[in-house]
Amino acid sequence: MADAVTRPATIKAIPVRHPGRWVAAVVVLAIAASVLYTIATAIQDNVTAAGPGWVTVRHYLFNRLILQGIIVTLELTVLAMVIGIILGVILAVMRLSPNPVVSSVSWLYVWFFRGTPVLVQIFFWFNLNLVLPHIGIGIPFTSIWWQVGTNTLITPFMAATLGLGLNEAAYMAEIVRAGMISVEHGQTEAAQALGMDRLLVMRRIVLPQAMRVIIPPTGNETISMLKTSSLAFAASVTELFTRQQQIATATYAVLELLIVASLWYLLMTSILTVGQYYLERYFGRGTQRGLPLTPFQRFRRILVTFHAPPPSPTEVPLVLPSEHR
Amino acid sequence: MQGAPMVKAEGVHKNFGRLEVLRGIDLEVLPREVMCMIGPSGSGKSTFLRCINHLEKIDAGRLSVDGELVGYRQQGDKLYELHDAVVCRKRSEIGMVFQRFNLFPHMTALENVIEAPIRVKKEGRTVAIERARRLLERVGLAEKVKAYPNQLSGGQQQRVAIARALAMQPKLMLFDEPTSALDPELVGDVLDVMRGLAEDGMTMVVVTHEMGFAREVGDSLVFMDGGVVVEAGKPKEVLTKPQHERTRTFLSSVL
Repeated sequence: MADAVTRPATIKAIPVRHPGRWVAAVVVLAIAASVLYTIATAIQDNVTAAGPGWVTVRHYLFNRLILQGIIVTLELTVLAMVIGIILGVILAVMRLSPNPVVSSVSWLYVWFFRGTPVLVQIFFWFNLNLVLPHIGIGIPFTSIWWQVGTNTLITPFMAATLGLGLNEAAYMAEIVRAGMISVEHGQTEAAQALGMDRLLVMRRIVLPQAMRVIIPPTGNETISMLKTSSLAFAASVTELFTRQQQIATATYAVLELLIVASLWYLLMTSILTVGQYYLERYFGRGTQRGLPLTPFQRFRRILVTFHAPPPSPTEVPLVLPSEHR
Repeated sequence: MQGAPMVKAEGVHKNFGRLEVLRGIDLEVLPREVMCMIGPSGSGKSTFLRCINHLEKIDAGRLSVDGELVGYRQQGDKLYELHDAVVCRKRSEIGMVFQRFNLFPHMTALENVIEAPIRVKKEGRTVAIERARRLLERVGLAEKVKAYPNQLSGGQQQRVAIARALAMQPKLMLFDEPTSALDPELVGDVLDVMRGLAEDGMTMVVVTHEMGFAREVGDSLVFMDGGVVVEAGKPKEVLTKPQHERTRTFLSSVL
């Protein structure tokens, strides 16, 4: 490396100007502002029993029924995703099994549950008692028998959870399978050569590496589920969407309550997005030299570099961006 | 170097579909012997190595390790396929090192080495870690215990891979072109580790292009071409006085 004394001065060139960008930004902002202003004032002018539009939005934003609906929405989302992920992983491992019976069962499951609308599936579970008033299990040729009324076992909430979760499992199975296929075959071979059996190879070697591929679409599915859970109204489960509709019908503040619901959905998906970022970071370990900074770390670095002078060339640690070995 | 052979192959055949990769391999590896296998690519060396720990199934012939058939059990004149669990147990007694290292990227060097002893052999964690540290020290990577594979150079990764295989205390080590994916200046460290292993009396089958290593460390040298053993013998003799025309052409092209 050249001596620091003989190093020529750091280039301080005048950057290229981009006047077009500024013009475009002004135009876009102007259009956005006028559209938003028009809608916002229109809503404000729509006076309801609770007052002008935006006052109504504020009035119902923390309404007890809305908050209860949010809890139900979250419960549905979490339970359905837990069912979906666990069953999805099992189905994916089954699908890749050398046993033809096991892999066919998995294929059939995905074919059926992915091929019928989730709304139909929720309705199905909700109305199961019409054809099957009792559900029981027993051991054939013995008197050991246990049974329960279908409506006791499958409550409306249960029907919605089953419908959403079992449907989700079919999609998760494909996502997990794609992740497992993406792991290099040499990994499986190395693990087999060490004497690990198929399930151990899956659990300890393939799945953890597949997570990097599985997590982004799973985050996507979770966000999607948060909103799809509104279909639970089909089983008369009073989650966020149903609640806002009930209030809207009673108060005629239709648009205002849609805004209330949208704000809450946006908040929840934003939180999930942040969670997904940190999960990806965790499972990305060992794939990059040093993990990328979190937004918080990046923010701190900006503060530090604002106040500190730029490092002199000799201080810069020599880290070559060498290729992935 | 004596006693019953560690590896014994009699007329081993292997085909992938219509392609015959092995066309009758006969050879023996004695305990404590280091056998090097050379030959052009596609000659079947790697395939034969993978047959030894049953990563590939053979189609004809007999292949046995330490007196037991690989992948089968013989009763009378019938062969029975072995159950997966038995195949796994037998594999755990044979170490294998790959050309592309195949370290587990989501685990540190130490975790790579202790994984199989803990999960397969059900060893205690402290015992496994203790041995793993000793092995990593032996391959010269005592201070890289906590490093992930992508923080290591190719040569360091391959040495971790060797430590990982040794952690299972194998009776036989298979090396599949262990230095072919390495930058030239990193080859030496890996070969040094292998030389040390040979001096300690490990039985080794090494597929390699390193003629120097084959000459100095190998007890025997096998030249394969077209799925058969063309020539075998003492490394010095095969390398300096090859008997077959095919061996001469190959050696003159690589030396």
